[in-house]
Order: sequence, then structure tokens, then C-alpha cells
Amino acid sequence: MTAIAHPVPVLRRQPPIIPSGRLGMWWFLSSEIVTFGGVVVSYILLRLVHPDWLHHSAHTLLSAGAINTVVLLTSSLTVVLAHRAAEHHDCCTARRFLSISFGLGVMFLCVKAFEYHHELSHGLTPRTAAFWGFYYTMTGLHGLHVIAGLIAMLYLILGARNPKVLGRVAPVGLYWHFVDIVWIFLFPLLYVTAH
Amino acid sequence: MFRWLPENISTFGHDIDGIMYLIYYVVGVWFLLAEGILIYFALRYRRRAGVAAAYAPAKTLRPMLWVLIPASLVLMCDLAIDAKGSPAWEKIKRDIPAHDCLVRVEARQFAWNFRHAGPDGVLDTADDVVTSGQLHVPVNKVVKFELVSKDVIHSFWAPNLRLKQDVVPGRAITGWFEPTRTGTFGIGCAELCGTGHGVMGATLIVQSQSDFDNWLKK
Amino acid sequence: MSVQAPAPPVEPVHESPSHHEPQTSGFFHFLRTYVFSVDHKMIGRQYLFTGLAMALVGGLLAYIIRHQLAYPGQAVLGHHPISADNYNAMITMHGTIMVFWVAMPILIGAFGNFLIPLMIGADDMAFPRLNMLSYWTFFLSTVVLVASFFVPGGAAASGWTAYPSLSVNGIPANQLGQALWVLAVALEFASMLIGGINYLTTPLNMRVAGMSLFRMPIFVWMQMAATLIFMLSVGPLIGGAVLLLFDVLFQTGVYLPDKGGDPLLWQHLFWFFGHPEVYVIFLPAIGIVGEIIPVFARKPLFGYKPIVYSTIVAGFLSFLVWAHHQFISGLDPRLAMPFSITTILISVPFAIVLFSMIATFWRGSIEFTTAMLFAIGMIAEFLVGGTTGIINGSAAADIYVHDTYYIVGHFHYTLFPAVFYGTFAGLYYWWPKMFGRRLDERLGKIHFWGTTLFFNMTFIPMLLMGIGGHQRRIFDPRVFTYTAPMHNLHLIATFGLYGLLLYQLPFVIAFVKGLVGKRTAERNPWNAATLEWHAPSPPGHGNFDQEFEVHRGPYEYSHPGSEKDFLPQWLPTTN
Repeated sequence: MTAIAHPVPVLRRQPPIIPSGRLGMWWFLSSEIVTFGGVVVSYILLRLVHPDWLHHSAHTLLSAGAINTVVLLTSSLTVVLAHRAAEHHDCCTARRFLSISFGLGVMFLCVKAFEYHHELSHGLTPRTAAFWGFYYTMTGLHGLHVIAGLIAMLYLILGARNPKVLGRVAPVGLYWHFVDIVWIFLFPLLYVTAH
Repeated sequence: MFRWLPENISTFGHDIDGIMYLIYYVVGVWFLLAEGILIYFALRYRRRAGVAAAYAPAKTLRPMLWVLIPASLVLMCDLAIDAKGSPAWEKIKRDIPAHDCLVRVEARQFAWNFRHAGPDGVLDTADDVVTSGQLHVPVNKVVKFELVSKDVIHSFWAPNLRLKQDVVPGRAITGWFEPTRTGTFGIGCAELCGTGHGVMGATLIVQSQSDFDNWLKK
Repeated sequence: MSVQAPAPPVEPVHESPSHHEPQTSGFFHFLRTYVFSVDHKMIGRQYLFTGLAMALVGGLLAYIIRHQLAYPGQAVLGHHPISADNYNAMITMHGTIMVFWVAMPILIGAFGNFLIPLMIGADDMAFPRLNMLSYWTFFLSTVVLVASFFVPGGAAASGWTAYPSLSVNGIPANQLGQALWVLAVALEFASMLIGGINYLTTPLNMRVAGMSLFRMPIFVWMQMAATLIFMLSVGPLIGGAVLLLFDVLFQTGVYLPDKGGDPLLWQHLFWFFGHPEVYVIFLPAIGIVGEIIPVFARKPLFGYKPIVYSTIVAGFLSFLVWAHHQFISGLDPRLAMPFSITTILISVPFAIVLFSMIATFWRGSIEFTTAMLFAIGMIAEFLVGGTTGIINGSAAADIYVHDTYYIVGHFHYTLFPAVFYGTFAGLYYWWPKMFGRRLDERLGKIHFWGTTLFFNMTFIPMLLMGIGGHQRRIFDPRVFTYTAPMHNLHLIATFGLYGLLLYQLPFVIAFVKGLVGKRTAERNPWNAATLEWHAPSPPGHGNFDQEFEVHRGPYEYSHPGSEKDFLPQWLPTTN
């Protein structure tokens, strides 16, 4: 199909409901909420029927989970600060805070990697029991989402001078908060209830 | 349509058949009405020279009543159907009556094994009779069954009894039936269970009480 | 909603990346325009062609299945007879392909992508690059699925429902095919989720001035509803599918009872999505029909707002009915009644929608174009599907019909009209806009009547077989005492399918003819009122070539006090 040559008119539009970047992110997050929600609810239901899972969950590293919770919460704070800077078109401050968030996110992944190494070397694989199947699925899916968030943050950091890129801090920030909130659910379910 | 329905030899089969007939007639009327009106409109209002279409977007309540009132009637028919179905479901799946006869139905890839409780009426005792592919029951007596699976999900299906129940590994699911005449009838598996799902049949043999007792003692 | 002056942009001005492309030569230009396009119209066509190609595969599988059932044990297409394993793989893949690789990509990916921006007066989707990503993810999922046919152990054979324990370890050597199946379905879900962000954001944010929400064509509402239902229901299954994959690959045991898992968990996760999914398929189809009927009856859509509200209610209710697929599953019997009630309630909003569509015909001036025939046919056939569903929804009656051919007949009477009648109606109607040519109307009529006759010939016997107690997924009906006598019904159904497949040939010919030759279609060959007919046929970059605003609703046909037969949305009001 060849493009028909004609000048493209700029049509007036109805006012947007909320800006497209953020609206699109909300739709995306709504599907993510039910995705994680489904796994979490399944886990809870099976857990209620299997009190013996307490033995398994005792083997997750509470201190590592606690550190990661603090790390993620702090990174969400710095994202908020980055967003505020972006709204004031202060690309340097925004970049600074985003870099801190990025660093904290990397730290989260390192702690997680350490945990996985610890558990796997103790023979606690997904194959060991259904609890571990859930553990690796939930933390694994979450970890993948953290990685995706870090890639998005890197894009923002590298392009912060460009106002178009700076305008995307809001939706990425929203995404990062969501990733944080998911962790807030995972932490008590997989770590705290063990002890 | 119902001439295809196999003979019913189950006490609760009448309830199920009754619901199916009720739905068939009630819904059938609605179906013929809706279909008939659709086709009538399509033909009656075909394009003719000089005849313009009406402008009837139904933006107010009055014209919309032509749709809302039938829809409300549909709702009432639906609720009536549910009201009829509920006691039948309770009877079949929830209220298990006192039984005269006990069987454990074991489903596996790809056969049905039956452990009939012997004259002592208790399963897993020495006088149990175990068969493969043949379920013996006495006529006009309440048979209680327990379904277990050795591997995957199967489904115990006896069309003449109007009885179907999935057999799930890790669970023992109970149910009952009461056959109303003697004879030989078919049993199949109604949940895809692998390569042999299509050959996983069994026979239901309903016998008189005396024949059944004799068979059990052997 | 009155037109306001455009607000100052709060975000950088959206620019379609396909605008002002430097005219690079040859190969890269070809790739950018036809392969890696961000233009919603090209992406729509890509979805259409891929979906239609997969329909051929699904149809071929149907042929083999029905041949086996009519002539068990005999050679098919010159090859050796079908084994039980192959048969199970074929029914699995037939269902999987038709639902995920035909219905969704065509009804939503093709029609949704092509039409949504045009119908609201936008130049493209809100996120064109995301749109392209969605198609290529879908393409990848197609490759993975087709590859699963060729791996050792063959394609997945546990049904499109993939119930554990069968899907986990019940078929030795089928693990790889099953794992690829899970992966393909997960990728397809991801592609639809990515696409869905566009289908929801674009109509909300990019409507042309004057188009309030209740001046949008019903098709757009239906696409939005379908997308929202999909996005909110598929999540739990994605999680569940990852767990299933772990079970298949690593024997984790989430669904295996001897490892502390529960096979019924999968069923809940699957059907929590699976039931809303059928409305995800139905709604776009009824949206297509809802566009076509007013045009060829020259009458406004009857009850446009009630249809919108009923659809929202039905969408909400669709999340509350899922366990009607599980009455016999070993579910707690106390749950049967609540789910029977919600199931039966959902027929009410759909009754409102269907009755309103029928009422649109009253005192119309009906022209029987092929598109109109398929639209009428869709409703007529769907009525069979909907009414046969009442038996399934009543728990006690479902004891008998569950997992029999009655169910197979029921869902083909709902899905086939939605997917195929809906698709054909849409293609015969929008072909001029999509390709600048008309599909041959004479071939179209032959296509319609042949399809209708043979579709019914194929599936009425199945309803009867189900009443006879014939269970599903059996590869040799001679085996059971109560199925063997139904051989004649199998023969009729098989001949019906042969006829059905044969009568798609007129469409194939029309299709090919409709892609070659001079573009002779006018801008608005059907004298329709919605905005897509204001763009050239086919539209170029940016879609519209004149400035305009919307002045009225989408169905102003035969307006009293107007001399014109219809008032298109873009026509300015005169005093």
C-alpha cells in the first residue's frame, strides 16, 4: 500500500482524560495487578490448606528480605523526588535521584541473587516442594519486573536532557511504585510468616 | 431432540430429565420468537422504492420498553429454571442418603476398577470383590460410591444413570445412585485423560438382589 | 460534551513516528512500510493475514478430526490413520488455534487496530511503537506454537484447557510440546496486553473535536469493553501458566496432589480467565454487527446507550460465573447454586443487546448486501448458541451434558458465528476502506449461503449426539455401546464440515481478487455515517485529508426533517 500524498491536517481533539503516558501505564498496571494478585491469592489459598509450609518458609532469609524492603522503599522515595524535579524541568536533579534509584534497584537484585545462590546451594530448588515453586515464581516474576524498571530508568537517566524523555518520568515512576508495592505483599507472605 | 436421550434407569434421572425438558420448552419458545421476529423483520422490511426507513433510535424509555420488558421476562424464566434446578442438585450432589451398597471406583489410565464392599458392607476387608471394567449393583437399592484416581483427572460417566462426576487425584469424592431396573449399561470416561481416554469404558451390570448377593459371595 | 479550545499540552506533543519519514530507497523502505510498520492500518492487516492463515491450519485440523470420527481407523489425506495420541493433539491445537490465533487476532488485532483510530478521527494509535511490538510478539507466539507440532512428542495433547495432572505428567514424552504450548499462549497473552494499552488509551484521549464518548460508534465501545475484560481476567492465568510451566519442566508440584498441590487450582485460574475470554471474542463481533445493521437498514441503532450500559454490566458479571465450567469437577457442591444464579443472570444484559439489534430492523429499509447477510446470520446462529447454553448453566442439567458433544455444539454455535460470521461481515463491509476495492458480492452471497447451510449441518448433529450421552474427545466412537449407534450423526457432521470448508472457496477467490487490480472503491460506497468513511479508500499516512469535527451521533440515518438519506458525523450542521 503506497502512501497517498496529501498534506496531513492537524485535527482539533477532545481534551484527553489524563495524559496518555500515564493513562497507558495505569491500564498496563491494572493487568499487572491481577497477574501478581492471581499468584498471590493462589499461594495464600494453598498455604491455608498446608500448615506444614511453615517449615519451608523458615528457610527464606528474613534479614535479606528486610534489607530489600528498605532498599525498595527508599528507591521509591528517590523516584518521587526525581519526579518532582522533572516537573520543574530540573533535569540534573532528576537524573541524580534516578541514578540513586537505579543503584538501589541494582542492590536489590544483588541481594536477591545472593539469596537464590544460598537457597539453591542448600538444595532448595523449585522442584523441592510446591512452596518453593511459588517462591521462585513470585520472586522471579518480581525480579524480572525490577530489571525492566531498571532498563526504563536507565533510558530516563541517559536522555534526561531531552524534555520529551523528562516527561516520561511520571509513568515510569508509577511503574516503579507498583513494583515496590508488589514486594510489600511478597515480603510478609514469603518471609515474615516463617518465624 | 430428546428421542436421542438414552433410557433413564436412575431415581434422580427423572429430576434431571425434567429440568432439561422444562428448559427446552421455555427456552424453545423464546428462541422461536426471537428467531422468528428477526427473520420476519428482515423480510418484511426489505428495501422497496419510495418507502423510507423509520427514525427510531429509542433514546427514551417508552420505545426501550419493547426490549426491556422481554428482557425482564427472560430474567423471570431464568430464575424459575434455577428454582427448579436447585433442589435437584441438592438431592444428587449434596444429600447422600443412607446406602445399601458401597463401591470404590478407581480410575486410572486407562481402565475402571471397582472394589465392591462384600457382605460385611465395609470396604478394604477380606470379603471385598474387585473387578476390572464391570460394576455390579443390586436393583432398587441405594449405591454409594467413592471415586479415586491413581493418576490424572478422569470422569465417571453413566448416561443411563444420568450420573457424571470427575475423579480427581488426591481426593476421594463420594456420590450415590439408585438403579431402577436390571440390565447392562455403558460407562465411559468423560474427562480427557490421555491416549486411552477413548477406550476407557466399563459396563454397569444391574442385578436382582438375589443375583447380586450370589455374585458377591463367589 | 461541547467542543473546547485545545488545552496547552501537558505532555510533549504526540508525533506519529511514521510521519515525515525520509524517503530511503528500496529494501529498508520496504521493511519500514510493510514489515516493521508502526502504522495502525498496516499492523491491522498483518494481524488479519496471520489470523486468516492460522484459520486455515485450524480448519485443516477440523477436517482431520471429523474425518477420523466418520471413518475411524481409515487413512486420512493419503497418510496413515490417526493414532489416539495424534487425535488428542489435533483437538487440542484446533481449539487453541481457533481461540487464540484466529478469534482474537482478527476480531481485535485486525479490526480493532484498523478501525479504532479511523472511527474516532485520530491519525494513529496513542502508542504506535507499542502497537508494532504487540504484533511482533504475536508473530513470535505463532512461530512457537507452530514449532510445537514438529518437536519430539508432538504438539500438546491435553486439550485447549490443559488440565493437570494430564498436562504435567500424564502423557509421557509430551512435555516439550506442552511447554511450548504454555510459552506460545503466554506470548500471545503478552501481545494482546500490549495491544490492549492502545485500544483503551486511544479512544479516551484521541477523539477528534466534537466526538463525545456517547458519539463513538458502538464498535469502539465494544473493543474497549473486550480489552478491559481481557486485561483484568488474564493476569491470574499468566501466573498460573508460569506455575504450570514449572510443573511441566521441573515437577514443582503446584498442581500435583502428591507434592502438596491441587489440580483444581489450575481449573479456577483457567476458567476465571476462560469465561470472560468468550466475551472478549463475542463483543467485538457484535460491535461489527452493530455497525453494519444501521447502515444497511438505514436506521439508527436501537437503544445505543442501553447497549453500552448492558455491555458494561455483562462485562462485570462475566467475572462472576467461571465455575459453571466446573460443576462436576469436584468443586464444593455448595458453590454450584451461586454460580448457576450468576450464570443465568448474565443472559439478561445480553438479551437486551440482542433484542436491541433485532429491533433495529423494525421498519428499516433493508438491503441484503453480503455484509448484511453475515450480520443477520451472526445473530440468528448466535441465538442457537445462547439458548443452548441455558441447559449448561443449570448445575443439575449440566451433570448430564457436561463434557458431551452438546457442549461442543453449544460453543461452536456461539464462537463460530462470532468469529467467522463476524469476521466475514466485517471484511465484506470494510474491505473497500482497507484495500480500496470491493469484495465480489456475487461470490459473497454464494459464500454466505453455503457457509450457513453447512455450518448447521455440521453442528446440529453434535447437539443431538450430546443429548445421546456421547462424551467429548473420543477418537473412535465405535468403542462405547451408547456412542456406536450415533455413527450416522457423525457422518452427517463430517459431510457438513466438508461442505463448510468447500464453501470457503468463493471467499478465497474473492479475497485474492480483492487484493489485486485497480483501486476503484469510492470513499463512502455504503453511504455510511461513521468517520472511517470520511478518509480515502484506503487511507494514507495520517488517515484524513481534510479538517473536520464531529457534529452528531454515529447513526443518523433517515432523520426526519432532513432531505438527505443520512447525516454523516463529519457534516457540519446547517441552520
